[in-house]
Amino acid sequence: MSKTDSRFSGGRFGRRAFFNWIWTVLGLAALAELGWLGISFLASRRDRNRPGHTESVIKAGEVSAFAPGTVTAVPQGRFYLARLPDGGFLALSRTCTHLGCSVPWDEEKGAFVCPCHGSSFSLTGEVVTGPAPRPLDTYPVRIENGMVKVDCAKARRRDRYLAEQAARI
Amino acid sequence: MKASRQSITDLILHLHPRTVPYSTIRFRLSWGLGGMAVTLTGLLFLTGALLLLVYRPTLGEAYGSVRALGRDIPLGYWVRNIHHASANLLAVVTALHLLRTALTGAFGSGRRLNWIIGLCLLVLVLTANFTGYLLPWDQLAYWAVTVSMAALGYIPLCGEWLRGVLQGGTEIGQATLSNFYVLHVAVIPGSLLVLLMWHFWLVRKAGGLVSAPEGKVPLRRISVVPNLIVREAAVGLSLVAFVLFLAMFWNAPLLEQANPGMSPNPTKAPWYFQGLQELLLHLHPVFAAFVWPLLGGVALLLLPFVPNSALPGGVWFGSDSGRRLAAWAAAVGALLAVAAVLADDALRQPGVGMAADAMLARGVVPTVAVFLLAGAGYWLLVEAANRTRAEAVMAVLVAGFAILVVLTLVGVFFRGAEMRLVWPWLATGGSL
Ligand code: FES
Repeated sequence: MSKTDSRFSGGRFGRRAFFNWIWTVLGLAALAELGWLGISFLASRRDRNRPGHTESVIKAGEVSAFAPGTVTAVPQGRFYLARLPDGGFLALSRTCTHLGCSVPWDEEKGAFVCPCHGSSFSLTGEVVTGPAPRPLDTYPVRIENGMVKVDCAKARRRDRYLAEQAARI
Repeated sequence: MKASRQSITDLILHLHPRTVPYSTIRFRLSWGLGGMAVTLTGLLFLTGALLLLVYRPTLGEAYGSVRALGRDIPLGYWVRNIHHASANLLAVVTALHLLRTALTGAFGSGRRLNWIIGLCLLVLVLTANFTGYLLPWDQLAYWAVTVSMAALGYIPLCGEWLRGVLQGGTEIGQATLSNFYVLHVAVIPGSLLVLLMWHFWLVRKAGGLVSAPEGKVPLRRISVVPNLIVREAAVGLSLVAFVLFLAMFWNAPLLEQANPGMSPNPTKAPWYFQGLQELLLHLHPVFAAFVWPLLGGVALLLLPFVPNSALPGGVWFGSDSGRRLAAWAAAVGALLAVAAVLADDALRQPGVGMAADAMLARGVVPTVAVFLLAGAGYWLLVEAANRTRAEAVMAVLVAGFAILVVLTLVGVFFRGAEMRLVWPWLATGGSL
């Protein structure tokens, strides 16, 4: 602080120092308010369009329509219905667990191959080649009166394929 | 008349010193890169304003309004092409400008703050480019958003929260487009203008460009108006002519409208992020999308604060032997990058999945390896070859840049369907 300062401020906590302090506090308060305003504005939209209110159970088709060892895309639910060789049903999310690209089923290779960074997944959704860190997510499958129904409200994460994840007749 | 002329000169002198050392106006010192960046920014603001008149930031209309540019508006596509070409060139020019600054030792004392502002400007330019890439809401845009939002989610602790905020919901949709629109047309250009002014002013405050010491001879100074101004105008105007010409032939891409059900094969990032995308192929996402960019950014930020890390100012590479060292460093970096990509690609054959210990094998181990390599190179240069610290730092920097360039080239030209390595003439699809 310069000479003039001490002359006019009259001590350690004079008029000038006091006003400087007020301006600083007001400035910081304004900054905090603006920041809070922006964040709450943005964050209010964070939980929008979370599914759940609408009817989320999708009828994929008759059990007999799916041969063992095949994969069928179900576009209205954004998943694949995989029928395992043992007859079990798995509903696999089509979203790559790496960075979210949409994974097509490659009939020739018998695998899901991601076009974005080349991860591939087996019929059961397990990672065959990286960089995907975990198997494809699944949706719960129920079989009622010979009809395959899939609840696409919430995808389930898993670390590996276990036989009990598949729905059987 | 005289007065108005004087006022123009005064205005120019607000951003320039009155005189500059004669040695700094040599084209080969700066390559006019800073001036080019300013020119391109100007073009971007102009064409951006025109495009704003046509573009509609809604999911339903965005794609159609960009399409309409080519159909209904005279020269509309040309304007879009100029915007696109300027934006891409700006990314190149800014990166080269950064490199120029480092290699002519222009981040030493008196210029530290400006180095940091420059880095912020580079980040702004890249985000401006990227957010603009998303606005047409075509397939390129949609999948670029998808991948980048998912990458955000990998940031430890606050990643998911950040993703939700930027995405404006649990799914990509109108809120996401609105966010990127506001960033692209308001937040980023605004910050860019403020930082640019600051950047110029700090150059001026540091006495113009960095200049070489000329021994005992007193610095020969020449006045800015007209000497420097004429040169700046020459570079700027030629560049404008070049961009306008380029924009007649280089069409900005527009794929089909966004389709959430189908990722194009291959789905590539815009070229300036393909180095990063190449990392994503090889490393655990947490490391590729977060740890490595963070470490790189921090290293660049701290660079000027390491004592004696700047080369002697105003001479490229510090000296002729520095030039040779830089060439070697670039070659070594490039070779290492090629070798690493090829080796890892051989490892990535089917059956060798990402094991449960991927964090270790594809995260910690490569990171430590890079640190050891850089450290060993630095140690060799300083201890064994008796180089100065500034030269060793430069070598590491140049090697790093060479690696980034190689990764980008591999991503742009040598990755085909499902991101397998192919020769460029066999590859399909691309995303310039
Ligand atoms: S998004 Fe599928 S491999 Fe990256």
